[in-house]
Amino acid sequence: MVRSHVLICGGTGCTSSKSPAIKAAMEAEIAKQGIADEVSVVMTGCFGLCALGPIMIIYPEGTFYSKVTEDDVAEIVSEHLVKGRVVTRLVYDETLKDGEILSLNETGFYKKQHRVALRNCGVINPEIIDEYIGTDGYQALGKVITEMKPQDVIDIIKESGLRGRGGGGFPTGTKWQFAANSVSDKKYVVCNADEGDPGAFMDRSILEGDPHAVLEAMAIAGYAIGADEGYIYVRAEYPIAVKRLQIAISQAREYGLLGKNIFGTDFNFDIQLRLGAGAFVCGEETALLTSIEGNRGEPRPRPPFPAVKGLFGQPTIINNVETYANIAQIILKGPQWFSSMGTEKSKGTKVFALGGKITNTGLVEIPMGTTLREIIEDIGGGVPNGKKFKAAQTGGPSGGCIPASLIDTPIDYDNLLAIGSMMGSGGLIVMDEDTCMVDLAKFFLEFTVDESCGKCAPCRIGTTRLLEILEKITNGQGEMEDLDKLEELANYIKSASLCGLGQTAPNPVLSTLRYFRDEYVAHIKEKRCPAGVCKKLISYEIIADKCKGCTACARVCPVGAISGKVKEPHVIDKSKCIKCGACIEKCKFDAITKK
Amino acid sequence: MKSLAELAAIRDKMKGKVGIRADHDDDTRIVVGMATCGIAAGARPVLNAFVELAAKHTEKHVSVTQTGCIGICQYEPVVEVMEPGKDKVTYVKMTAEKAAEVFEKHICGGKVVTEYTIGTAHK
Repeated sequence: MVRSHVLICGGTGCTSSKSPAIKAAMEAEIAKQGIADEVSVVMTGCFGLCALGPIMIIYPEGTFYSKVTEDDVAEIVSEHLVKGRVVTRLVYDETLKDGEILSLNETGFYKKQHRVALRNCGVINPEIIDEYIGTDGYQALGKVITEMKPQDVIDIIKESGLRGRGGGGFPTGTKWQFAANSVSDKKYVVCNADEGDPGAFMDRSILEGDPHAVLEAMAIAGYAIGADEGYIYVRAEYPIAVKRLQIAISQAREYGLLGKNIFGTDFNFDIQLRLGAGAFVCGEETALLTSIEGNRGEPRPRPPFPAVKGLFGQPTIINNVETYANIAQIILKGPQWFSSMGTEKSKGTKVFALGGKITNTGLVEIPMGTTLREIIEDIGGGVPNGKKFKAAQTGGPSGGCIPASLIDTPIDYDNLLAIGSMMGSGGLIVMDEDTCMVDLAKFFLEFTVDESCGKCAPCRIGTTRLLEILEKITNGQGEMEDLDKLEELANYIKSASLCGLGQTAPNPVLSTLRYFRDEYVAHIKEKRCPAGVCKKLISYEIIADKCKGCTACARVCPVGAISGKVKEPHVIDKSKCIKCGACIEKCKFDAITKK
Repeated sequence: MKSLAELAAIRDKMKGKVGIRADHDDDTRIVVGMATCGIAAGARPVLNAFVELAAKHTEKHVSVTQTGCIGICQYEPVVEVMEPGKDKVTYVKMTAEKAAEVFEKHICGGKVVTEYTIGTAHK
């Protein structure tokens, strides 16, 4: 009889910090100490607190161990599992208070979260279908196809107020209605798992931690619109997600939850995987469909929308991974339960991948309407190293920045659009005072220039020109009229591009111009980068009064630009200096300045 | 799988297993002392007996955990039963048989088995 469950994170983050080796060591040690029958070791999906990985939770106590190594395993087994003594030194310090161990839900990181899409991530073993069924998995599918009419399903989704989690925020029920209304013998259900925003990993974590939730929802969608075939388009760079999806699909087929005559009805539904090669544009729905069809991933004009003429010319619905992860819960708990969370027009929760200059890097799921301040300060643990919060970027290269002055904005689709950003798929990159906003805009533009598929001129040529102007400014050759050019060009690109990639590519430029125009002006008029990032505009100098002549800087300089005699002030040769900053880090006397 | 009943059967079988992985603040907690003294006195069979009983009676919402030495090594194996809103009851010198009796009378029947408690052992 199993009395204790050891959950080890098998998400991509913890896997790269060797959690599979820890699991193997754990199993070996448990067998060695003779308690293999009493303890079960489970590899789960992502717990969310990736910054502290590899993560291990032991139930029923709910003890949360962070940064576990193979060397810690023997101690955990003999102390915790055999003798019942918590290994305090490995416990996540937020759960330790006055010598007592708090439950995980009382910590800042988890307290304000509300897990719907991520409910099984870090709880079940994603490679065992029975564990999913044990948490009410496939109950919603059973209920839908044995008790409900397709239109009832669509009505429930409409009533719940669920909107697309991939970024656009289109009402999911309405999308399903369009596809259901299209008359055709063949229809398709597609899952967009081509998560491409730099810094976003929500969809990957759901696929890794709870793949059956996506399969179940796709089958429900198939029943609702009258489709019998589904495709999941997932990027090949997600090998763990791909493997777990393959396992999940074959287990579901074995159980008859995919295939012919599901639950003895005449409903048939099966799912295939398609691996994407990693082009950002393939996250755009029409490009994704074109890629599944076996062609080069290029977008096509809309209308006709996919709901009318989609995959292989047939009516198709295409939803994002996180959208699907909400569906079964809505069916089981009812649309009112879902719409009771969130704001007036944005219902439910949203998963964010928290990254950048933040203490708790990881995955968080919060009710819509939570303020940016709560996410950054309470859940994220604030900006590290005593730095000040400057701005947060949502929506990746398609989104915009939210400046510190708007930190109390409740996060939902409409509020973000109103302040010039967008929800996007959920990447949330936090920036501190060391980030140059012009450089940030340039970074995202470099990304979109690379990823533009080249089919339409506004995006292909327009983004390149935008980037050239930004480079001119960061090189100290900008003129004030460049700012007007940037704005004018950005608006042309937005209105004339064929697909979402081009239509949103100028957003980082426009939003940084809106909130941080003074930084652009400083680059142009004063030839100065206020954050000290743009290399062409900064120079390093040694303050002679403070320099003790210890020679540390001269020894660390990779290009030999620093010279001077021992115990005498040194000098930096600016023509040789490559502005790497190594000397500043090495100097113990704060004698080097960066201007 | 051809019916909802089959699905429900798998779910019920798994629920006891997966259900352990959550924080249950309003559960009855049975804590077994499992330090060196407890293990030497035979705490392991006691622990396993409680785990099995708790799994059999999921409707009682009992979670069984272990703890270190409480400091009364002469009374090991020591078991504490903590029911929400009630005083803690400490059972001493436990065996697997006594565990079954405590589970039946105390957890299921609501009556403390006074003769095994520390108060009685002191006399």
